[in-house]
Amino acid sequence: MSEAVLYDATGPRGRRRILIGSVAGVVLVVLVLGVAVARLAAKGVLEGERWQILTRGDLLELLGRGLVATLRAAALAMVLAMAVGGLLAVARLSRRRWLAVPAGAWVELFRGLPLLLVILFLFLGLPAAGVTISTFWALVGGLTLYNSAVIGEIFRAGVLSLPKGQTEAAYAVGLRRGQTLRLILLPQAVRLMLPALISQGVTLLKDTSLGFVIAYAELLRTGRNAVEFLGGPYSIPVYTAIAALYIAVNASLSFLARWLDRRTRRRYGRTVQPSAADEAA
Amino acid sequence: MDAVLDNLDTFRQGFVTTLALTVVSTVLALALGTLLAAMRVSPVPTLRAAGTTYVEVVRNTPLTVVFFFAVFVLPQLDILLSFFTFAVIAVSVYHAAFFCEAVRSGINSVGVGQAEAARSIGLTFTQSLRLVVLPQAFRTVVPPLINVVIALTKNTSIAAAFGVVELTAITTRLANGNSDAVLAIFGGSAVCYLALTLTSGFLAGRLERRVAVAR
Repeated sequence: MSEAVLYDATGPRGRRRILIGSVAGVVLVVLVLGVAVARLAAKGVLEGERWQILTRGDLLELLGRGLVATLRAAALAMVLAMAVGGLLAVARLSRRRWLAVPAGAWVELFRGLPLLLVILFLFLGLPAAGVTISTFWALVGGLTLYNSAVIGEIFRAGVLSLPKGQTEAAYAVGLRRGQTLRLILLPQAVRLMLPALISQGVTLLKDTSLGFVIAYAELLRTGRNAVEFLGGPYSIPVYTAIAALYIAVNASLSFLARWLDRRTRRRYGRTVQPSAADEAA
Repeated sequence: MDAVLDNLDTFRQGFVTTLALTVVSTVLALALGTLLAAMRVSPVPTLRAAGTTYVEVVRNTPLTVVFFFAVFVLPQLDILLSFFTFAVIAVSVYHAAFFCEAVRSGINSVGVGQAEAARSIGLTFTQSLRLVVLPQAFRTVVPPLINVVIALTKNTSIAAAFGVVELTAITTRLANGNSDAVLAIFGGSAVCYLALTLTSGFLAGRLERRVAVAR
């Protein structure tokens, strides 16, 4: 349903009321923000010097290193999760039950567990079993386990969304099941699921911030360290800068995903839709 | 295994805290999300813009960063609350954006004729949304809504890093104290989380069949 059918076109009186209401609303928001700013100013948090900290080379370099560490963990985890997810999808689509059932269990298990619990298990549990693991690999491992389950389901949905005729035609020319999947179905499915994969990439990038909990020096942890060094009053400028960095990277990726989604849908009439829940995770 | 059985009471406390955090945050986030969805389809451009901005900003921010603002920045504004309340605020603010998107997709899936009929009998925007469109919209988006609840349940674990002694915090504490039984402790906590998430998924399927609109 197009949203415009919910109301009539606003007339002159309605437009005037909307204008008055909007102005009143904006004034109210400005007032609330004003009170917040006044409180902060009374504590000296908003002095220019506090924000000038963001122009200091060493802080920027520190945050830059944090961002690189975040992107490095995200990129590696994404590649690994796609590899494992691809295998999971093939296993779940297989007719062999000894492949399909464990793959299904893997997906249900890792989608049902909090990612943080998995990361903490790798970080605290494995050393107890005698395997030491760096914070980087605990984070990448946890992200890979969780996202492989989600990405496996995206792959599977992509393959299942193709018309049946594709499979039948492939069998008709004598291809085996594996060949059909590899040569006919996957190349077409990748196009349909690319937008969903990119949105999952955004989720994964956001989840690298969990590295903060196990003290992997990613963007958030370096920011926290900086604030602990500089003092509490600097928390607002530094955290705002961090949030802005995350939003800038993620919003551009989300934009790319939406653009690809529109383009793919225009050309092929459909795409694999990411679920709101996987994005929330 | 003994480590789990000996600390069953501690586990139960963590589980109850996780459950409380989940329930309170779900109610608040669903209310805020529905309000945001209504704003995003309203005839008032200012409200539409405000709703869109909220969703875009929150969706692209990690929940951990939202927690940072709740736990470290709110006290700077002299807002001093318990860690549990801060966690409720962070989790609700974050998931409201996802509830909003789910509800909005439900609103978009209600037939055009419904809204047209509502308007033609003279209902205002608020009335047609409240009495005609939203009741049908909610029925079509039960599975996505429950999926967001499941994600929310899992995400409450992040509160462990911000002073709330819920299931994940209990798990790490016990794991640090009983290094010989780490596997059993993590297993026990995994079972607790799966009990919540898999049950929600199962209930979602049943609820969906019960409230489904025949079309």
